[in-house]
Amino acid sequence: MADTNFSNEQMLKLYESMLRIRKVEEQLAKDSKEGNIPGAVHLYIGQEAVAVGVCSQLSDKDWIASTHRGHGHFLAKGGETRLLMAEVYGRDTGICRGRGGSMHVADFSKGIIGANGIVGGGISITTGAGLASKLANDGSVAVVFFGDGAANQGVLAEALNISTLWQLPVIFICENNGFSEFSPTNTVTAGNIVDRAKPYGTACETVDGNDVIAVWQCAERAKLRALRGDGPTLIEAHTYRQRGHVEAEATFLSKKYRDSQEIENWVSKDPITLFEKRIVDAGQAKIEDLQIITKAIEVEVNEAIEFAEKSPYPDSGGNEQQYMFT
Amino acid sequence: MAKKRMIQAINEALDGEMQRDHKLILFGEDVEISLFGDTKGLVDKYGTDRIRNTPISETVMSGMAVGAAAAGFNVICHMMFGNFMYTGFDSIANQASKLRYMTAGQISLPIVYMSVFGGGRSAAAQHSDAMHPMFMNLGGIKVVTPSSPMDAAGLLRASIRDPNPVVYLQAAGRGGELGEVPDEEFVIELGKAARLRNGEDLTIVAIGAMVRPALRSVDFHATKGVGIELIDPRTLVPLDKEMIFKSVRKTGRLIIVDEARDTCSAASHIASLCAEECFSALKAPIKRVTVNDIAIPYSPPLEKNVLPNEERINNAVSEVLEFV
Repeated sequence: MADTNFSNEQMLKLYESMLRIRKVEEQLAKDSKEGNIPGAVHLYIGQEAVAVGVCSQLSDKDWIASTHRGHGHFLAKGGETRLLMAEVYGRDTGICRGRGGSMHVADFSKGIIGANGIVGGGISITTGAGLASKLANDGSVAVVFFGDGAANQGVLAEALNISTLWQLPVIFICENNGFSEFSPTNTVTAGNIVDRAKPYGTACETVDGNDVIAVWQCAERAKLRALRGDGPTLIEAHTYRQRGHVEAEATFLSKKYRDSQEIENWVSKDPITLFEKRIVDAGQAKIEDLQIITKAIEVEVNEAIEFAEKSPYPDSGGNEQQYMFT
Repeated sequence: MAKKRMIQAINEALDGEMQRDHKLILFGEDVEISLFGDTKGLVDKYGTDRIRNTPISETVMSGMAVGAAAAGFNVICHMMFGNFMYTGFDSIANQASKLRYMTAGQISLPIVYMSVFGGGRSAAAQHSDAMHPMFMNLGGIKVVTPSSPMDAAGLLRASIRDPNPVVYLQAAGRGGELGEVPDEEFVIELGKAARLRNGEDLTIVAIGAMVRPALRSVDFHATKGVGIELIDPRTLVPLDKEMIFKSVRKTGRLIIVDEARDTCSAASHIASLCAEECFSALKAPIKRVTVNDIAIPYSPPLEKNVLPNEERINNAVSEVLEFV
């Protein structure tokens, strides 16, 4: 694990942020199974250290775009739990008033350009946001989270080329979680993803995506590089998707695509469990501190569910075209 | 008023808008040297922060426009040939046209995707398409197809100032066409068609580069005492349906001239709208003059045969007028 001289308070904040994502998503897994939510959900469980490590470096003026597995990035960047929950429930009080749903949670007031249903869809958008950051010269950076599957989209090559050429303040974070939807990464991906930065002369790093401190430090280096005017960084964070590509996949998949031993191995390296142990062992937190945080988050999640359930469904009021054009 | 070439009118409009709006940026392939002349001289005046060559990377370009617009800039993304918009189509179709709706209006996306479109220059199938129907079908993109230097400038200003994504399609190879352009800065509202000729016997709706041959046909028939009303919709989204319906209710006959391939062309859409809304007024079947569902050929006689022209319009006029 990476060394740090973080304060106890900072450590607890990272813990809280990761645990919030975990608890929200465990609730969504349950909701999906019980048929409480209308659409599909793609859960981020096991990858929390990446979103939290990176977003802890960012403020509202920095931009992020993410993926279909985007609840974690939304929450880590400061999106509100109840607004996320109401959106996934398809309610009018959701962050996008029920127009987007799970795959499209966005809050521009917090610099969250949004999750995205197109694999790799955020890559070009973030490159453009990075251009805006550079031109506005306001000290902001643009960060795109994408998966190992998206790394095989041609747009990554185009984006690395132009952002390096123009020295844009962009951070490309590839979360290699082992799967392109239902295909193990090594069956669809040649070479190492991080090496794709090299021919462009783009700075690049790999990081243990289950170590929130290591991610935090790696993102800090990338951010400083971007703000110095030295251009983008490609980070490959190695992590693991503990859940399926999509909840409920067991109901339609005829065949297993991974063995349970593999899952167990990675669960033993769970980023939240590891971090808990680390801060308790180092004397930076007591078990009771963590229990207080856990309790508070459980209350927050329950309140968010209640808020979502009590909220009305959207009504276009006869104006279906609302929001299509300004 | 002064006579100006279409490309000059566009260039002046771009220059004026760059001067007026400091948040306006333009990027695209070879925009610094300017292949068509529309962006000529702009980089010298405004610098490479605001006018910049991109790599030939349409996929990233169309999405960068979305990101830069979401982050507060007004963006012109120059895609050169309309066929290249297919290459960059993902972010136009999946992001630009939907992001405002999907986020319940959290943002506006002031983007103009501009390119030339259409055939007639032996540019062959990959540089000659008229792809406006694809954009019309997206719902969240305005579609602008000017046919004269004056409209080209006035509609471009409106497109740039519009807070929504706009696809601005200039008829390829017509940049040299001359027309009267007002000296003062003027804006033509999107969604307002132009009635170019008045008539009682028949309505022709012509789109983009098809306005010229339609105009020749209309003027030819006027000398024979046939009164044809000619309408240029100027923008296909939004479409000035009322002007078209009003004219069709008056004349009872309709021909639509469109350079798109026939299936799901703008002509097909306008024909179905009029069939629904003006059915009782119709005296003859609606006639579409379009491109057959084939790739645009290279060789001049083959290409000439495929594109709508004055002769095909004249034949359609006879057919519609003779229907009893």
